[in-house]
Amino acid sequence: MRIVCPHCGERGLQEFLYHGDATVTRPRDGGAEPTPEWTDYVYFRENPNGTHVELWYHNAGCHAWLVVTRNLRNHLITAVETAHDVALGRSS
Amino acid sequence: MVDKYSVFSVLREALRGHTGWRPAWRDASPTGVYDVIIVGGGGHGLATAYYLAKNHQRMRIAVVEKGWLGNGSIGRNTTIIRSNYLLPGNAPFYEFSIKLWEGLEQDINYNAMVSQRGVLNIIHSDAQRDAYARRGNSMRLHGIDAELLDLAALKAKVPYLDYDNARFPIQGALLQQRGGTVRHDAVAWGYARAADRLGVDIIQNCEVAGIKTENGKAVGVETTRGYIPGKKIGLACAGNSSRVAAMAGIRLPIESHALQAFVSESIKPLIDNVITFGAGHFYISQSDKGGLVFGGDIDGYNSYASRGNLPTIEDVCEGGMALMPVLGRARLVRHWGGIMDMTMDGSPIIDKSPVENLYLNAGWCYGGFKATPASGFCFAHLIARDEPHEVATAYRLDRFAKGYVIDEKGVGATPNLH
Repeated sequence: MRIVCPHCGERGLQEFLYHGDATVTRPRDGGAEPTPEWTDYVYFRENPNGTHVELWYHNAGCHAWLVVTRNLRNHLITAVETAHDVALGRSS
Repeated sequence: MVDKYSVFSVLREALRGHTGWRPAWRDASPTGVYDVIIVGGGGHGLATAYYLAKNHQRMRIAVVEKGWLGNGSIGRNTTIIRSNYLLPGNAPFYEFSIKLWEGLEQDINYNAMVSQRGVLNIIHSDAQRDAYARRGNSMRLHGIDAELLDLAALKAKVPYLDYDNARFPIQGALLQQRGGTVRHDAVAWGYARAADRLGVDIIQNCEVAGIKTENGKAVGVETTRGYIPGKKIGLACAGNSSRVAAMAGIRLPIESHALQAFVSESIKPLIDNVITFGAGHFYISQSDKGGLVFGGDIDGYNSYASRGNLPTIEDVCEGGMALMPVLGRARLVRHWGGIMDMTMDGSPIIDKSPVENLYLNAGWCYGGFKATPASGFCFAHLIARDEPHEVATAYRLDRFAKGYVIDEKGVGATPNLH
């Protein structure tokens, strides 16, 4: 598997670290009591058998966090964006 | 017709040209309403059906399997059994499993080649020796056998390790002698045959496409071979647990990951035990055919593709070479991947689901094989009696919300534990 980093171009898997599902969003801090939102965020995952949007970190490259869209059945990557751009798009 | 396998049946069939053997199980088709439908014809599903039929009230049981029987993880693992667990929620369960393994072949009248050849966890540092001493003590408190071997004892047992490795010198090992290996396919076949003899319908090439619910209760499964009504439905779908549970609207604390395993060419007997590397993730044993069977980490990212990537192969082989350089002379013949249902605390789930009459057996990470008999036994108990078996009370689905995670490794929520 190879990932096309927006900054560095196509690179081998060894350069990247995986950080899982990019669609979960961290809830606001809400006191000492555990909330269903936090349980969901920390533990529960969609785990789809198909297209997965996920976070990768270009550890041996530009150190950018990337949001990668990949098919879990054949590892075909259809989109790579920087997490920075994705976050800006989400907030605007 | 041969019903029971024995020395006498083998001799008798040898004398009459092996004409009396019959198929080990019927190729059943779905008929009528079942009391229990088990989704997943792997080790855990078949064991569940067997113990349901054997231990509980009379009922009609079906096992539905999307492919052929035992084509998932039960036929893809590295065949190791052990109960060297630390935590109270885990140790009694896995020890129960070892005890079931010890009596399994007589129980199901099938040669599963259970071999208690011993599992060695190699120690490489003072801190690791303390940790393994603690683990060994915890095991002995749970009534599990454990022995801390010093350097001399380990050298006498396995002389071919790299004891003077500059980076990972070896200090000793924790030994569980009652651990070992089992012929994995034979476990699926043996349970299937034994369950079939007790009247269980094993329905192959029957993929579940939906779970039908009425008023919040599961009432049957839609399959590629038509609708099958069932009063209770048990899911034992391993790597596909999230997919199948999603059909009933249930979200699980599970990610599916690919795990690779490897076999070398056959060589003369070299490795008598199961050996695990303590400084990296690598474990190895030798099959009866002579191949060295080994494995290591999962690939590390979500996957439903039953194949792995090269970096993990390199990593596993590097671990092997650091432990026993003799491996470098053996050629790798095969490697393959399986899909693991990785939970966020590395421990499984055997529990009722939020949908009534739907039961959940999932999240075995990559330690499911050793648990096969106990998993089946406890899941059958849960389905038949609607209460957990006493050794499986910790494997609740709500433990994640309530803070009772069973984090054997002590590292928090991450889907790469076992």
